[in-house]
Amino acid sequence: MSRISLVPDNDVPLPNIRSDNGLLSWIASVDHKQIGILYLLATLAFFLVGGVEALFLRLQLARPENNFLAPDTYNQIFTMHGTTMIFLVVVPMLLGFATYFVPLMIGARDMAYPRLNALSFWLLVFGGLLLYFSFVGGGQPVAGGAGGTNDGAPMAGWFSYAPLSERPFSSSSGSDYWALGLLAVGIGTLAGAINLIVTIIKLRAPGMSLRRVPLFVWMVLVNGFILLFALPPLNAALVMLLVDRQFNAHFFTPMTGGSAILWQHYFWAFGHPEVYIMILPAWGMISEIIPVFSRKPIFGYEFVAGSSVAIGVLSFAVYAHHMFTVGLGHPFNAAFSAASMLIAIPTGIKIFNWIATMWGGKIRFTTSMLFAVAFIILFTIGGISGVTFAAVPIDWQMTDTYYVVAHFHYVLFGGTVFAIFAGVYYWFPKMTGRRLSEKGGKWHFWLLFIGFNLTFFVQHILGIMGMPRRVYTYPDLPGWGTMNLISTAGAFVLALAVLVFIGNVMVSLRRGETASDNPWDAWTLEWATTSPPPVYNFERVPPVRSRRPLYDLTHPTGHPD
Amino acid sequence: MDTLFYTGSPQVQAMRSLFFWTLVIGGFVFLLVTALVLVASIRYRQRSGGEPPQIFGNLKLEIGWTIAPALLLAFLFGWTLQTMHVADPAVAARSQDPDLVIVAHQWWWEVHYPKSGVVTANEIHLPAEQKILTRFESADVIHSFWVPEIARKMDVVPGHPNYLWIEVNRPGLYQGACYEFCGAQHAWMRIRVVAQSSNDFAAWQQAQLQTPTAPVEETAVQGQQLFRDKTCMNCHTVAGSGADEQIGPDLTHFASRATLGAGVLDNTPPNLNTWLTNPQAIKPGSHMPNLKLSDADANALTAYLETLK
Repeated sequence: MSRISLVPDNDVPLPNIRSDNGLLSWIASVDHKQIGILYLLATLAFFLVGGVEALFLRLQLARPENNFLAPDTYNQIFTMHGTTMIFLVVVPMLLGFATYFVPLMIGARDMAYPRLNALSFWLLVFGGLLLYFSFVGGGQPVAGGAGGTNDGAPMAGWFSYAPLSERPFSSSSGSDYWALGLLAVGIGTLAGAINLIVTIIKLRAPGMSLRRVPLFVWMVLVNGFILLFALPPLNAALVMLLVDRQFNAHFFTPMTGGSAILWQHYFWAFGHPEVYIMILPAWGMISEIIPVFSRKPIFGYEFVAGSSVAIGVLSFAVYAHHMFTVGLGHPFNAAFSAASMLIAIPTGIKIFNWIATMWGGKIRFTTSMLFAVAFIILFTIGGISGVTFAAVPIDWQMTDTYYVVAHFHYVLFGGTVFAIFAGVYYWFPKMTGRRLSEKGGKWHFWLLFIGFNLTFFVQHILGIMGMPRRVYTYPDLPGWGTMNLISTAGAFVLALAVLVFIGNVMVSLRRGETASDNPWDAWTLEWATTSPPPVYNFERVPPVRSRRPLYDLTHPTGHPD
Repeated sequence: MDTLFYTGSPQVQAMRSLFFWTLVIGGFVFLLVTALVLVASIRYRQRSGGEPPQIFGNLKLEIGWTIAPALLLAFLFGWTLQTMHVADPAVAARSQDPDLVIVAHQWWWEVHYPKSGVVTANEIHLPAEQKILTRFESADVIHSFWVPEIARKMDVVPGHPNYLWIEVNRPGLYQGACYEFCGAQHAWMRIRVVAQSSNDFAAWQQAQLQTPTAPVEETAVQGQQLFRDKTCMNCHTVAGSGADEQIGPDLTHFASRATLGAGVLDNTPPNLNTWLTNPQAIKPGSHMPNLKLSDADANALTAYLETLK
């Protein structure tokens, strides 16, 4: 009789990411730190693709009546640039930070659902590849054909307004790839949101009440709920669009009894909460970084957290400010105008709290802090131009001009991307065990700051002068050519800054200064473990008696908060 | 900055002054925030070790910076409501006949004057100092009408006609365009508004109502024949010639317009010749096909179309 061993031998080692770092360990991983890094790497790759697309757009617009890109090619590229940056870069990059740091910041071993976590990430990759496969799968644009050359990548814009996105006007499969790709990404993101919400609610270390979690975690929690309610309208609308296109339904085709405006309601019911999805975790990062480098606790923790909840709720009541020119009537417009102005108040509260945190501190201007400070200023510009859109008559003038392009790049690039870079410089030592070069960092910062403002500030003026957005070229009106040329030059400075950053990461990964467990003398739990953390995160979670458990370790009689 | 300060209509005047003062207020807020950030950055830069006082917040300050922006925004909201009614007065009776009907197409504007029967394209003539009730319709996808100096932006939505009062202060030329992405040639869907004194406008309308005289010059006569034979008349109208299709722009008084292809070229005989030779080279994706005309045919058609003053 053979003996059956019921328990594996003890000498077979368990899988371990430190010893087993091959490709398979990454692909098969369900560890939140590996998945978090995968998120960051994949979204960085998409960021570079979307950035190159932006350079193509700027080259085409460098002078009036330019012929560098054919109209349909331009339209495909701007559609892909917007779709990529929003769905494949900003949202998932912030989710990547959350995936890596939320469990560490709340003293947990991993996410609540590690396998679901992996599924979320791989759906993002799958959806992104599906979207980009449209360049090949949708065929090549036919030059010079009459009646539209609808082949290849989607070209109805990231907002894909019906009926332009419907079969009679976009006959290629580009829009189908767009809808299917976003559906895959959207389902993954929804799963990620549920995972983060459950993790934050259920897996916090003993002593860490919701009044003590780091603000980044607070923002991710609010963000999770916004995602939970905002994505279903988009996913539903994508399915309706597919049914229209594939099975000749008539949801969004006015010619056959559907409604073009219905799509806009669905899309913006998702689309405006989406804007807050793209900024809340960035606010969270800023709310971690500014206190650490000012050596003071965050000013008005309750107000920063509470205002985020207010924003989460209000974000669903402002979406129709994207539709002020549709002709829906004054009472409708006035209601959404009021809500859009209201949401500026909790946003302003945060800005003043960040400044008050710096006030009276001892500020260390590391690269991370420089990005955080620049964030406050650039985001304020984007916020103010945002308020002008809440005033309906200003929107009647400025919407769909380059003024809007300037506005949301100040929010999403000057805001979110600057915050992300602040976060990268702050957390890189924790993730890799090495610091990024501060010298390279300062070059990166100043080039990016100059390049960014050069690119986007003049676009405010172009918009006021009446330049429409989403045009592949423009007539040679006074000043338009010069300002577009400045903007294009700025875009290349910006691209250089990103190259400096990539170089800094490559060099610092190999030769960077070794980081201690807590190189910035920070206070939240992720700094209580080794850099990088072991697969099980913590040997022992320090006791949590306040919002700053690591501060308490060095100040046994410290200030309770 | 012309369009920020110069306005050609009372409605735009109201919107622009709201915009201007909002920018002024916003500018002050920006300066305040920037000044505070810079002062904090310089004054509280780390110079020595040790720990600054650990301050956790201040309720009075929090209330202060909640209330102050709220008051500012309440003021702005009130002004917004008021400006909305000035800048876009209600159309009293929607059943009232519009003076002007604008139908947006991929990628040109069809312009009707229902009261006189004039039909033209891309160039809108208006009498100055009169309120013109305008109705917007779309023939295909969503477009958006905007002439920055004289009107608000109004989306042109299929299945959802919109109305707008347009009022121009002074005679002059005003440039506009389509502002909602509408496909391949969204960039070349420009609008020219020619505001005229009421006498000039009446004269223009009178001229537009005339049937063009039949061409007499030999190439032009040839061109007219080609217009019939080469399928031009399957899409275009020329009053009095038997061509009455309305798929493309009405060409009855084509030569009186300043641009062709909705702004892509100035309307000169050489440009027209180039356009006819291959519209797809000039406006790729346009719904006018390349008819592969011989040079002689293109010249003849040019000669004919140039007679349509």
